[in-house]
Amino acid sequence: MSESISVEIREVSKRFGDFVAVDSVSLEIKKGEFFSLLGPSGCGKTTLLRMIGGFELPTAGAIRIGEKDVTHLPPYKRPVNMVFQSYALFPHLAVLDNVAFGLRYKKLSSADAVKKARESLALVRLEGFEDRLPAQLSGGQRQRVALARALAMEPEVLLLDEPLGALDQKLRKEVQLELKNLQRSLGLTFVFVTHDQEEALTMSDRIAVMNQGRVEQLDASHHVFEYPKTEFVAQFMGAPNFFTGVVKSLAEGLLSIGARTESEIRVRARSNSWRPDDAVRFVVRPEKLDLRTKSGTSDGEVSIEVTIEDRVYQGVNTVWVVRSDEGERYTIYEQNDRPFQESSRFRVGGRAFMSWNPRDTVVMEKKENGQLVG
Amino acid sequence: MSEVSNKSSPAPRLLVSPAWFFLGIFFVLPLVIMLVISFGMRGTYGGLKPIVDWWGYLSSGDFLANYRQSLDALYLPIYWRSIWMAVATTVLCLLISYPIAYYIAIVAPTRWKNLLLALVVVPFWTSFLIRTYAWMLILRTEGLANTLLMQAGLIQQPLDLLYNEFAVMIGLVYGELPFMILPLYASLEKLDLTLLEASGDLGANHASTFWRVTVPLTMPGIVAGIVLVFIPSIGQFVVSDLLGGAKSMLVGNLIQNQFSIARNKPFGSAIAFELTAVVLVLLLAYAWWSKKKGQEAML
Amino acid sequence: MSESAPDIETTPQFVGKRAVAPRGAAPFRWERKAMGFHSLLVYIFLYAPIVILVAFSFNEAKQTARWEGFTLQWYGRLMENKLILKSMMNSLLVAGTATVVCTLIGTLAALALGRYEFKGKGPTQALLFLPIIIPEIVLGVAMVTFFGVIQMRLSVWTVIISHIVFSVSYVAIVVRARLAGFDRSLEEAAMDLGAGPVQTFFRVTLPLILPGVIAGALLVFTISIDDYVITSFVAGAGATTLPLQIYSMIKVGVTPEVNAISTLLLLFTIVMIIVAQRLQQPPTEKGERK
Repeated sequence: MSESISVEIREVSKRFGDFVAVDSVSLEIKKGEFFSLLGPSGCGKTTLLRMIGGFELPTAGAIRIGEKDVTHLPPYKRPVNMVFQSYALFPHLAVLDNVAFGLRYKKLSSADAVKKARESLALVRLEGFEDRLPAQLSGGQRQRVALARALAMEPEVLLLDEPLGALDQKLRKEVQLELKNLQRSLGLTFVFVTHDQEEALTMSDRIAVMNQGRVEQLDASHHVFEYPKTEFVAQFMGAPNFFTGVVKSLAEGLLSIGARTESEIRVRARSNSWRPDDAVRFVVRPEKLDLRTKSGTSDGEVSIEVTIEDRVYQGVNTVWVVRSDEGERYTIYEQNDRPFQESSRFRVGGRAFMSWNPRDTVVMEKKENGQLVG
Repeated sequence: MSEVSNKSSPAPRLLVSPAWFFLGIFFVLPLVIMLVISFGMRGTYGGLKPIVDWWGYLSSGDFLANYRQSLDALYLPIYWRSIWMAVATTVLCLLISYPIAYYIAIVAPTRWKNLLLALVVVPFWTSFLIRTYAWMLILRTEGLANTLLMQAGLIQQPLDLLYNEFAVMIGLVYGELPFMILPLYASLEKLDLTLLEASGDLGANHASTFWRVTVPLTMPGIVAGIVLVFIPSIGQFVVSDLLGGAKSMLVGNLIQNQFSIARNKPFGSAIAFELTAVVLVLLLAYAWWSKKKGQEAML
Repeated sequence: MSESAPDIETTPQFVGKRAVAPRGAAPFRWERKAMGFHSLLVYIFLYAPIVILVAFSFNEAKQTARWEGFTLQWYGRLMENKLILKSMMNSLLVAGTATVVCTLIGTLAALALGRYEFKGKGPTQALLFLPIIIPEIVLGVAMVTFFGVIQMRLSVWTVIISHIVFSVSYVAIVVRARLAGFDRSLEEAAMDLGAGPVQTFFRVTLPLILPGVIAGALLVFTISIDDYVITSFVAGAGATTLPLQIYSMIKVGVTPEVNAISTLLLLFTIVMIIVAQRLQQPPTEKGERK
């Protein structure tokens, strides 16, 4: 195992009765990275995190932290600490005692423990709150105490279970950046669980998107956003525009796809496994789509004729909902950079051309073909 | 979900074993013994008569003798009185309690609520015996009520306020009232007031809002209160013993008599089980009702 | 709550239905007044007998209900009454022992019921529920019959055993209620911070349920010290408790000493209730400054 691996999860599964919460997941988390587990509720992300923390034992598989196999160790013997979703601050202890709680087991003298706890509180800018009880703090302050308490333990890996879920939108945005900065300056490994794709994108170096107990895609965060590998990931990342086509040819790393477009689409192939006549699914992000009055512009754009179904004015954007002649629905984001009146060149119920640059075509992984959805 | 809640863990069984041990010996066993005795026959000196011919005893139906005897016309007035007094107590408590529970939960200023509620809770926990005794002070011939009435010139002769069904009734209502107010308060407190506004908005006046919205929504509290008042009332014997006369005997007094005076334990046991059966049936009916309504039982 | 609601009587009707407060919402002013008056009467009904009892304990008059002057002599007489003093000692012994045993057994059972899913959980719940719902008189006669069958002489011990039987459930219920609001992740957090199971129990779980445990204990003490019905069946000679003593005095007739001892007992229970109530409040409310 390489020096730079912080957490290694190998074929880990967790069953609760008949329910498979985590289904043979394998992944590695690098030292010092901000790693996010992203997915809808019930996808197994929290269970996976809790297995790293030692709160659940895997039904199968192994977990290593650093060089050590921790699969069957109880939480108090693992070099990781957790920021709980509910913060789990001890209501009967003052802030300082909460933060110093675990230091007792580190064989620190009580003076050293207090010093360490104060340092940790300073790190989250909570000096002066030492004697308060958790009930006397605001939500944001509680969240910071929970963070300070975990950081005081100097864990090898910090686990965060949707720690921003209880904060309001504005505070959340602030804390996201603060957390990211803190992680970078401490050089600590963070494993962060969230169901909010924007939050994951803002903070993470890498993201594992989970669905039904499996990891659907693990990539650098911008990669997950730009190049979703599966329809689930595309959908979850806010790109629900699916097209069906047929592989025409594969040459020099370029895939030619025939679809209901007016011309063939040529995209960079990310795999060599494509064969002519393979059915293929691809997506185009809503912001990469354009609505035109005419087809076939000169710079190699692809276009399809569609019927306009709806228009939603959102201030910064206008969202167009259109339907192709095959009955597929697409969403188009148009930035409102032109005077408002101009966009009225399209009307709901009218016809228009939806076009995009072929390089923005993202082809779904081939193995998905067998189980195409909708 | 977590490892500690593993079904095979021995911890919970260890934790409940002292309770099982103690209650098994000193609670379950006594009830079983009493059930057995209720099928027995009274011996000469208040003990049990040994049974020689088991087959004959069982086949002749003699073992049901105590239960048969309990249905004797002699005792029917006692049951009847127990039931109607318990019903009357329950109805009176409900009528008295609903407005005050409504007042505390909805009308009273927020800052007074806790105090008003605490004032209901205190008698709930203070000695039932002493609270019953306090009524003796008021109702007896030389008591406060007669003294005041005579001083006011309203009566010439003291009234017989004590040792009758009227006094028992007062004692029962007085004793059980908090048991009705508290569950009513609990469900009125949970009532979403915007529902009342919605009802008014849809054209219902106060009365019909009350009957069509408030009452149905507080039904769990009403039913819980009825159960909580009716059950202790029907098994009551202190109130009737202190405030009632010979003519206001209740089932509780009948049972107590069989053990302390008549020395007929088998018969007393049989009546005790009949009383227990009535109570259990009521509680099961209540549990069934709560389940049907999809509500968490309040008891 | 209703204070902020618009008053219907003073709102002109012609402003139209929408502008007027919905008719079903706040009660009319006369309805509120009627309910307030009714509540006042109920409170008088609840407290008048108690107040009268307390007042009479300070009344010179021995037989009549007339006020003949303030005195503490009835309290003085209590202190000379050997029977009453003995019954007080008995009551304290019974309630004290029952409290210790019930708190221990009840808390353990509550921990199991509140924290685990296990085979036999349903029967255990029923077992702990039954002593509360079975009519006291039935429990009393069952206990005395049982002691007769096993030939255990009635004494102060039979009283203690019976009191444990009907009180243990209260501890289990109160502590379990406290556990119901218990955030499991607090224990996980303790373990996460390096505390083993035993340390977690003593540093986190126990401090957090302690108010419930103490409240349960006070409850048992109060119930035990007040109990008459069951005790009257199972008390042996020399095991007369305070309620038994009071009862026998009442049966003979109303006396000022009974008023005095009743007042003391009332005072005692009220103090206990207040302490128990204080403790039962969740810790978050204690220092809320918002």
